[in-house]
Amino acid sequence: MTADRPAIASRARRFLAVLALALLPALLAAPPAAASADTTCQPDDDTACVAVLVLTADNDRVGDVAVTITGADFDAELTTVVDGLPSVEVPSVGTYTVALDPATLPADQQLPEGAAAEVDVVAQTGATARAAFRVGAGAEAPESPSATAESEATADAGAGADTGAGTEADSEGVGAAPEGDASQRDFSWAQVWQQMGSGLRFGLLLALASIGLNLVFGTTGLSNFAHGEQFALGAALGFITINQMGMPIWLGAIATIAVCAMTGWAQDAGIWQPLRKRNVPVMQLMIVSIGLSITLQYVIQLLIGGGSERILSQNPRPIEIAGITLSAASWLSMVVALVCVLGIAWFLTRTRIGRATRAVSDNPALASATGIDPDKIIRIVWVMATGFAALAGLMWGISFGSFNWQLGVQLLLLMFAAVTLGGLGTALGAFVGSLLIGQVVELSNLVIPSDLRYASALVILILVLLFRPQGILGRRERIG
Amino acid sequence: MEEFLRILTLSVGEILAPTTAAYAMAAIGLNLHFGYTGLLNMGQAGFMLLGAYGFGITLTLGGPIWLALLIAIAAGVVFALILGMPTLQLRGDYLAIVTISAAEIVRWFGRSTLWQEWTGGASGLQGRYYKDPFHALSPLPEGRWALGPLEYINTGSDSWFTRIFAWGLVALVLLFVWLITRSPWGRVLKGIREDEDAVRALGKNVYSYKLQALVIGGAIGALGGVIYAIPLAISPDAMGRTMTFFVWTVLLLGGAATVFGPVLGAVVFFTAYMFMRTGMRAVSENTGVGEFISSTNVEQIGGMLVGITLMCLVIFRPQGILGNKKELAFNVR
Repeated sequence: MTADRPAIASRARRFLAVLALALLPALLAAPPAAASADTTCQPDDDTACVAVLVLTADNDRVGDVAVTITGADFDAELTTVVDGLPSVEVPSVGTYTVALDPATLPADQQLPEGAAAEVDVVAQTGATARAAFRVGAGAEAPESPSATAESEATADAGAGADTGAGTEADSEGVGAAPEGDASQRDFSWAQVWQQMGSGLRFGLLLALASIGLNLVFGTTGLSNFAHGEQFALGAALGFITINQMGMPIWLGAIATIAVCAMTGWAQDAGIWQPLRKRNVPVMQLMIVSIGLSITLQYVIQLLIGGGSERILSQNPRPIEIAGITLSAASWLSMVVALVCVLGIAWFLTRTRIGRATRAVSDNPALASATGIDPDKIIRIVWVMATGFAALAGLMWGISFGSFNWQLGVQLLLLMFAAVTLGGLGTALGAFVGSLLIGQVVELSNLVIPSDLRYASALVILILVLLFRPQGILGRRERIG
Repeated sequence: MEEFLRILTLSVGEILAPTTAAYAMAAIGLNLHFGYTGLLNMGQAGFMLLGAYGFGITLTLGGPIWLALLIAIAAGVVFALILGMPTLQLRGDYLAIVTISAAEIVRWFGRSTLWQEWTGGASGLQGRYYKDPFHALSPLPEGRWALGPLEYINTGSDSWFTRIFAWGLVALVLLFVWLITRSPWGRVLKGIREDEDAVRALGKNVYSYKLQALVIGGAIGALGGVIYAIPLAISPDAMGRTMTFFVWTVLLLGGAATVFGPVLGAVVFFTAYMFMRTGMRAVSENTGVGEFISSTNVEQIGGMLVGITLMCLVIFRPQGILGNKKELAFNVR
């Protein structure tokens, strides 16, 4: 059965793949023999594969086409077959150029006008990167993403019942799209339990990020639209330090958090504090934060490019606890997030600075009358908010596999949903709200199509604002 | 020099471009929300997307063009009512969060497989499904026509007819907005912006006026979406948050609470944006700078500059080019 795994878990959603393997009888029906004949390279933790297929306009495979795969210090030749997917093992992760020899194509199945005879694929360990060529009359040139490891939609129709995962190229690239919709799948309580586990992971990471958003709102009254980008910046810098610079995870994490916390410090010193001094209205500050979010969004795009990236290139190791299977990295992230959240709670209730923070949240004028310097407290809050957002983003990138530059904007609205649900301005509220939103997002595909799962969280946000604008734990006076 | 002329021509072309007209239209609608009434609508792209869907789907199903325009407007009106009735009593930033979420929900539904047969799902509606009936309206003869350095075909996607239609619609709406904002009705809106409670004390139903402003501005936004879709295609992912934020930048650049601010803002914004990007690309390709800034990075740097522009505008000149600082709505609760 392992032969099916890379195909399903192409977007590094191994935990769901394992779930799918356990729960989808239809998948088991896919003949393993055919699958193993399908490919000659088995990707695992240390092996990366590149596979080639040539398709006609009707999605039939074309055989006997000569293809060369070249990369750094590597050169291989392959010949396609009609009933299989030939692949080779490549020595290292990285970009390989797959070139097709047009002379070996059948006479009636030539490359369409203007289509490239070579494509670049990115090989990752634990996955088969596929290069797909489309030939024949009326064939449209495959869009470039079809040559990456992420989208293997073209070829897998025969491999299993799951046609949803690959074709549903989630252009937002946020999180894992569950396989298929409720309608295509048998309902089972074990699966609900598993999805609740994923929801808990989603919720804990969301909580870690949104507590910062809520603390900033509490102390300054600003709805910070750039907070989502701070989250994505954590994932992006994690990708740069750990994946590209090759730092060990702990060192990369520390560097990422340090840099992001610095951005929080610099932001407050350079933008927010001067504007507070000028008594700029909060609504104006909110639009400034929107400008900042646009800017940061493109900075992130400049840093990591427009595609999906993975922080860890190894194959995640699934671990089952209490009937829930998640990757080891996910479990660790959940523990770290929980510890951090408890640490923040302890900080807010038991330390001097934490109590001062709550005092500033309650009433800045009164707080400064008792000798607290609100500016100093707000500076600390900014550093904490950006630092924890970075940690959450980094762990998100690791445990959800791939992410792209749009991660921030997408998550921002879910964070708003979480803090509004829990109660704007209260730290505990953000925690409770995040856990609930996590469950909603991960369980919603039981009743609605999975591509609407983020919409479900936003519907909840609107409903909360309509019927209980102060949130579950908020106080009435905070609303206008 | 030749290169410079090409860049200049491209930039000048943006003055008349249909996209500029679309953003101007959306900004006129937003101006009614924010400039005159003080509502922080962060979901203008949702109105535009609904307008584009209403127009495109009606024409795809074979409806006449006047019906398509009416349905586009109706889509904006209904969305404004659904959005406004429950939320207009909320404080400013809540309204912003609700509107941005509602626009996102529209986009998610648009790109969902749920209604794929009508909306085309994530890949959207191709222009060829709805353009023909529109082009059939053109009274212009076949062929091309040049105005100075700007030369386009008479009828087609990127044509003179599209431009005339787009800017004609903008002119009509501009006249309408000018008339209503200097009417007693418009003065009540400005009163709400300045001091809601005072207007309430005068016996006006503030909620009803806000809702009317939201509906009219939303319908104008939907027309902006129609103009945006006519020369291109309807793609939900192109009409998301970034579009809303660009409309805001356009409005704040031109000057909120002024009649011509949105149009001037759109023209200045897109001319400068095009000049900057093509200019940077030319510099990057023809000089040694290319080693540091590749031409793909130009888009990203351009986007960063838009963000920085928005920040600087709000901080240093919130009234924009034409506005009056006293007429600015940021001070509302």
